[in-house]
Amino acid sequence: MTFDTPITIALSKGRIFKQSLPLLAYAGILPADDPETSRKLILDTNHAQVKLVIIRATDVPTYVQYGAADLGVAGKDVLLEHGGAGLYEPLDLQIARCRMMTAGFQDVVRKHGRLRVATKYVKSAKRYFAEKGQQVEIIKLYGSMELAPIVGLADLIVDLVESGNTLKANGLVPLEHIADISSRLIVNRASWKMKHDTVMRLMEAMRAAVAKNET
Amino acid sequence: MENKSWILPDGIDEVLPPQAGLIDLKRRELLDLYRSWGYEFVIPPFVEFLDSLLTGTGSDLDLQTFKLTDQLSGRLMGIRADITPQAARIDAHHMGTEAPVRLCYLGTVLHTRSDGFAGSRSPLQIGAELYGHAGVESDIEILRLLIQTLEKTGVKDVYLDLGHVGILKGLAAQAGLDKQQELALFEALQRKALPEVAELLASYRIEPEHAQMLYKLGELNGDNALELAAQALRNAAPPVQAALEYLKRMAEQISIWLPQVPVHFDLAELRGYHFHTGVVFAAFVPSSGKEIARGGRYDDIGKVFGRARPATGFSTDLKTLMLLAESEQTAAQQPCVFAPWNEDQGLQRRIEELRESGYCVVCGLPGQQGGARELGCTQQLSLHGKVWELIPV
Repeated sequence: MTFDTPITIALSKGRIFKQSLPLLAYAGILPADDPETSRKLILDTNHAQVKLVIIRATDVPTYVQYGAADLGVAGKDVLLEHGGAGLYEPLDLQIARCRMMTAGFQDVVRKHGRLRVATKYVKSAKRYFAEKGQQVEIIKLYGSMELAPIVGLADLIVDLVESGNTLKANGLVPLEHIADISSRLIVNRASWKMKHDTVMRLMEAMRAAVAKNET
Repeated sequence: MENKSWILPDGIDEVLPPQAGLIDLKRRELLDLYRSWGYEFVIPPFVEFLDSLLTGTGSDLDLQTFKLTDQLSGRLMGIRADITPQAARIDAHHMGTEAPVRLCYLGTVLHTRSDGFAGSRSPLQIGAELYGHAGVESDIEILRLLIQTLEKTGVKDVYLDLGHVGILKGLAAQAGLDKQQELALFEALQRKALPEVAELLASYRIEPEHAQMLYKLGELNGDNALELAAQALRNAAPPVQAALEYLKRMAEQISIWLPQVPVHFDLAELRGYHFHTGVVFAAFVPSSGKEIARGGRYDDIGKVFGRARPATGFSTDLKTLMLLAESEQTAAQQPCVFAPWNEDQGLQRRIEELRESGYCVVCGLPGQQGGARELGCTQQLSLHGKVWELIPV
């Protein structure tokens, strides 16, 4: 496809970038550099009008919300934490799929008082336990959640589970399923309106690519 | 430790010279503009009792409102987060006429949480409201005034975004959704989270045809949204058809009155869903990621104050507008004249003459630090013989 307006797409390094590439390629967008080897934060593409910005996954919604990028690819886990206000998330790209789950020791026994839950996903965890009617203590961590139950920091963790190998290696098991996670195409509201044609065509191309992947 | 007591709270800002002067200039121009259209200026109070402040506005505004206790009555008061409901109260309670009432206002509002790009919690809200007429014509008048407001402040490349809350409300009623279901659907539609919309609809056990129409709502946007809607919503209930017809007439009128303004329709974009009752609109510019002005129809909100009246209006944040227009507004400074300290009557008369003819004259003070240049003056008064003359600094 051709681009008659400048378009900036925000992506995060790693899995999301790798799995977004075929979808973007389907829309005719090929990055000029590989972010794993390049130190550039803004990547050119084969279209002069299209740029890719490579940022941290949790920053993608912020960039798109404020219009620093027109579009982005963000995991549903990140969107749930961000709240999604001021953004559109019209398309499930069905990539970077995993599950958000509670995990802990098989025989987790509740001590007196509130259950302590360690997680990076504070809002999602709070919402999940509130829906269950359970008052819990949330401990915000930034990584290596698996350690928390082992050292007695928390009774449970809420984390993303893909294969479950990290949990198993640390003697933990996945317990309850909270949500299925996959990456979404997110769009800035003003871009949606003012670059409507371009955004729609790009979205249709990616929708077609997703449909093709599924079959 | 360094003293940091000058730091303002998050999102609370002040405007310094020369920007404050520019804002004041624009403020006057805009209020003059509204007056020339017959809009009367009102000054609603900064705080009032919470029950009247939040009547009919829904929970969004409740969350945005700072609250405090009135020690005289023991009742809760709110610091206004939006002036529109105040104007509606004024129309319903104080303007005892059945004829159309036009009101305009300007004032600082406070938000508990920022929703703006710059993160401001203290916007300078300016707006106009028209009461007593239900129909496209009054909405168009408000839209024209909105566009003129943006033009006058120097904001360029404005896009209009139009929607109508009657469409979702009508479809939800037709499908028999309860309040909670409607709210969940509304919330997902605001994010255009179509996968979630599909999931919600599947869980609702409603007729497939109704579900299909509600799902389609999320896709009905763009310049041609109305044509798409005519097809996709052809089996919708009469209130939905009426809302679509209303939007169509709006589009026709906009192309006559505001042919220069591009219009985008979005039938799922429903700002102020709980407050508004009809057409809703917002203005966008390319340099801002979110809307810069908004408004719409909110009929009958005055009912609880004693009088149900049709109502429409718009409002915007003057500080945001000035930021967007800043680049070309900086040179508007008035030339200043410096007068040295002197008790000579001739000098005093000369200063008064100059001030009356529109000059800004700054008087020096005995023993002051700095002179004409430091005070930003480009000219100064100097005694030549017996005459005080203007000479460049």
